Amino acid sequence: MTVSISFQLNGTSAQLDVADSQLLVEALRQHGSTGTHIGCDTSQCGACVIHVDGKSVKSCTMLAVQVDGKSVTTIEGLTQGQAEDMHPMQQAFKQHHGLQCGYCTPGMVMSAIDLVNHNPDPDEKQIREWLEGNICRCTGYHNIVKAVKHGAQMMREV
Amino acid sequence: MAKTGIGEAVARREDYRFLTGQGKYVDDINLFNQAHAWIVRSPFAHATINSIDKDDAAQMPGVVAIYTSEDFSGAGGVPCGWQVNNKDGSPMNEPKHPILAEGKVRHVGDPVALVIAQTRQQARNAAEAIIIDYTELAPAIDMKAALEPDSAVIHDEVGSNLCFDWELGDKAATEAAFEDAHHVTRLDLINNRLVANPMEPRAAIGDYDSSTGEYTLYTTSQNPHVIRLLMGAFVLNIPEHKLRVYAPDVGGGFGSKIYHYAEEAMMTWAAGQLKRPVKWTAERSESFMSDAHGRDHVTHVELALDENGKFLALRCNTLANMGAYLSTFAPCVPTYLHATLLAGQYTTPVIYCEIKAVFTNTVPVDAYRGAGRPEATYLIERVVDVAAREMNIDPAELRRRNFIQPDQFPYDTPVALTYDTGNYEATLDQAMEAADYSGFEARKREAAARGKLRGIGLSCYIEACGIAPSNVVGALGARAGLYEVATVRVNPTGSVTVLTGSHSHGQGHETTFAQVVSDMLGIDYDAVDIVHGDTAKVPFGMGTYGSRSIAVGGSAIYRSVEKVISKAKKIAAHLMEADVSDIEFENGEFKVAGTDKATAFGDVALTAYVPHNYPLEELEPGLEETSFYDPANFTYPAGTYICEVEIDPETGVVEVMSFHASDDFGNIINPMIVEGQVHGGLAQGIGQALLERCVYDEQGQLLTGSYMDYCMPRADDLPSFSVDTTVTACTHNPLGVKGCGEAGAIGSPPAIINAVVNALSDYNVTHIDMPATPMKVWQHLSNGRG
Ligand code: FES
Ligand code: FES
Repeated sequence: MTVSISFQLNGTSAQLDVADSQLLVEALRQHGSTGTHIGCDTSQCGACVIHVDGKSVKSCTMLAVQVDGKSVTTIEGLTQGQAEDMHPMQQAFKQHHGLQCGYCTPGMVMSAIDLVNHNPDPDEKQIREWLEGNICRCTGYHNIVKAVKHGAQMMREV
Repeated sequence: MAKTGIGEAVARREDYRFLTGQGKYVDDINLFNQAHAWIVRSPFAHATINSIDKDDAAQMPGVVAIYTSEDFSGAGGVPCGWQVNNKDGSPMNEPKHPILAEGKVRHVGDPVALVIAQTRQQARNAAEAIIIDYTELAPAIDMKAALEPDSAVIHDEVGSNLCFDWELGDKAATEAAFEDAHHVTRLDLINNRLVANPMEPRAAIGDYDSSTGEYTLYTTSQNPHVIRLLMGAFVLNIPEHKLRVYAPDVGGGFGSKIYHYAEEAMMTWAAGQLKRPVKWTAERSESFMSDAHGRDHVTHVELALDENGKFLALRCNTLANMGAYLSTFAPCVPTYLHATLLAGQYTTPVIYCEIKAVFTNTVPVDAYRGAGRPEATYLIERVVDVAAREMNIDPAELRRRNFIQPDQFPYDTPVALTYDTGNYEATLDQAMEAADYSGFEARKREAAARGKLRGIGLSCYIEACGIAPSNVVGALGARAGLYEVATVRVNPTGSVTVLTGSHSHGQGHETTFAQVVSDMLGIDYDAVDIVHGDTAKVPFGMGTYGSRSIAVGGSAIYRSVEKVISKAKKIAAHLMEADVSDIEFENGEFKVAGTDKATAFGDVALTAYVPHNYPLEELEPGLEETSFYDPANFTYPAGTYICEVEIDPETGVVEVMSFHASDDFGNIINPMIVEGQVHGGLAQGIGQALLERCVYDEQGQLLTGSYMDYCMPRADDLPSFSVDTTVTACTHNPLGVKGCGEAGAIGSPPAIINAVVNALSDYNVTHIDMPATPMKVWQHLSNGRG
C-alpha cells in the first residue's frame, strides 16, 4: 500500500509517496539524499545514521512512514545555519583525516554530533563506546576518535 | 600560503564531497529508464541443477526478463589473470567459471539466474517464484579432505580438487641444512579465512547506446581498465572502443574489488539485450557469499638454527584454498606473492616451499590487503618467535642476529627476489625505543598485581609492493603487464589535468598526486586536478592494488611531468632566444642560466597552445605527455611492530594495550595520509588476529554471512596507535617511494599472536591459532592450569 507522508527534511518540507513497507533509508536515497548510505542488511554498520527530531537513528531500522510529521536531518543538511562551509564536526573530520573512502563517514559524523549533544566533552573511551555501532573498515578509528574529540571542542566553542 | 609540496601533511581535497554527502558511489547513480536486477543464488554448496522453472516468475508484476546459463552460451567464462605451473611444468587446472551456473552449483551464493524487473523489489519477488530443482551432492569443504581420493570432485573435467602443486627454492640444499642443524623449530598454523568487507557493497550498472553500439559499465572497481580488458575480450566480446568502464567514488576495496565479477558481465550484457540500463547492488549478505574471500592457508613450517641462533634454513608446506573457481589473481597469491617473501628480513641462506592449491565448495579466494605477504610474514614471525623461546634468546635479539645488513643491499634472497635497500635494525631500534621494550617487565608486574596477564610481541615484516617488472611477472605467469600509465595535460592557461590509471578508493590520490605534480612544476596545488577511474578519460591503466599507486602510478606521473618540462624548456628557449641547454627550470619559472631572463610556466603553456611565436619546424604545438612506467623491480617496505596485550584469566578476553608501528616506506609524499593507511591496515590485521574468521560448516553453509556473525573490528575493540617511520629511499623509482597501503595488515597479526602467546607463557602455550577469541584463550588457560 502506498502512503503519503510529509516531514521536514533538512529544514524544508517534503512530501513523499512511499510503500508502507519501505525502509526510511531507501526512501531518502530515492528522494535524492544519497549521502545516507547502506552498508548492511542487519542494522549493524551505522552507514545509514541520520537524525530524527535531533536524535541519531539508523535509518535502516525505521520505516519511511514513521517519520510522518517529524523532522529529519541527513548529512546534506548539516551545513545549514553554519557560519563555515561545514559543520565543526565535518571540519574536524577533514582536519584529522578521519575518513578515507568516505562511505561510513556520513553515518559517523551524524553519530558523533549526537554524542556531543549528549556529552559535550567525551573522552576517548566514551567516544569509542558510542561509535561501537558505526563500522569503518578504512581508518582503524584512530583518526576518527581524534576528530570527534576536536569536533566536540569546536562545537563547545560555537 | 598553506604548504602543499612533497612531504607536507596536506588535508585531503576529496574530503569535502564525502563529508557533505556529495560523494558519487555507484549505487548513488540512477539512469533514465533503468531496470533493476536480482540474482538468484545457490543455497547449496554443491548440487546439480535438474531444472529451472521460470514460468510463474515471468508472469509476476514488473518482470522484464529472466536469464539463465543458456542465455549466456555465447559468452566466455570469468577469466583468471594468472597461470601457475605445477612442479613438473604442466599448467594448473583451470576449470571454467561460468557467468551463471551451468548444470551444477559449486558454492553457496553461486549465481544461477538473473531476474530483471522495473523495481528491485519486483525483481526480488519474482526471484522467489523461480522453482529450481537441485540434487545435493557431497561437498568438499576442508582442504585436506578435498585432496583425498574419496572426496567429492568439484570440477568433473579436472578429476580431482587439486588446482596446482608448486614449489620454490632448493629442496636438496634445504634438506641438507636441516640435517646439520643445531636446533629445529616446527610449527603448524592456520591463516584464517577472512572477508574483505569494504563498507560499500559491490554494485554495477550496465548501459547500452543503440545509436553508437557503445556499452558503459558503472562498477565498484579498483581497476576499471582491467575490467574493460577482461570482460570485453574474454567474456562478452565487446571491442574496447565500444566499452567504457567507469568506477566513480568507490567505498573501499582492500583487494576484493580488483577482480572481474560475473555480475559486471551480467549487467553489461543485459543492458545490450534490453536496450535499457540495468542496475544491481549487493546486499551485505550477498557480498559475504559473492565477494572473493582472503587468506585461508594451512601451513607446516620448520626453521633450522645453529647454536648461536643463526637461521640455517626454512621450509614450509602450505595448502591454499582457491574456493570453487579461480578468481582473477588467485593463483599468484600463495605462490609469487607469498613464497617469494619467505626470507623476510633475514639472511636465511636456503629456503624451500611447497604449495598445493585446492578447490573447495566455497566462495573463490583471492588477494585481500597484503595478499600472500601477510601469510608469509605470519609463518616466519611466528616460527622465529617460537624458536627464540625454545632457545631462550630474546625475540628481538634473535631477529637482530639474522637481519640482512645495510651494506648487503642489493640483496638476492634464495626465493627469487632482489631487495634493493633497507635498514632493518634502524626500524627495530626505533620501535623498541618507542614501545619502551626494556620497560615491559615492570608493566607486566603491575598488570599481574591487577590480576591481568600481560604479554609483549613483536614482528619484523617485509613486503614486496609495486609488483613488476612486466617481463618478469609475465615469465611468472601474469597474463598482463604491470606497468602504470599517466597523462599530464597542461591546459592553455597553465592549469594541469592529470589522467592516471591508479584508482583511488580511500587512498587520497587526488591530493597526493596533486602534491607531486604541483611541487615538480612549481605551480599552485589548486591548479592541478587528478582524474581517474574512467576508461573514457584515462588512456589506460592497471589500477590500484599491492600498494602500487605511488610507486608505479606516481612514477608514471613523474615521468610525464619530466617530459612536459623537457618540451617546455624548448619552448622557453625559443621565447627567450636562448639555447635549450642554457634553460633552467625552477619554482615554476624558466630561466636562461647566468642571465636575469625568465619566463613563467603559464606563459610557456599559453605559447604551446597559441603558437604564434613558436619553433613550429622543430616542435608540435600543445603540452601534454603520456608515460607508461614499468618499474625495474618491486619495492620493499619493511618495519617492526611491537604490541602489548593484557589477558583477563577469568574470561580469556584479550585487550590490546598498546601498539607501535615503525615502517620504512621510503620517501613520503603526505605523512598524514600514510599514517592513516597504517592505522587502517593495523585495524584489519588486529581484526584477523583477534576477531575475524570466515566459517563454513561441513555442509558448506556459510555460518558467518552477516555482521551478526562475522566479527568486524569496532571502535571499542582497538587502541589508539603509535606510528613512526624510518627512511631508506627506494633506489629504482624516481620518487624513492615504496608504498604503504598493506603494511599494517601484514605486520600486525604475528605481533598480536606473539604477544598473546607471551602473555600465556606460564600456561605452557606455544601457539594459538587466529583469531585468539576469548573462548580459545580461555581453553588454553584451563588446559595450562592442568
Ligand atoms: S545500513 Fe543501517 S546499520 Fe547498516
Ligand atoms: S572511511 Fe571507508 S569505511 Fe570508513
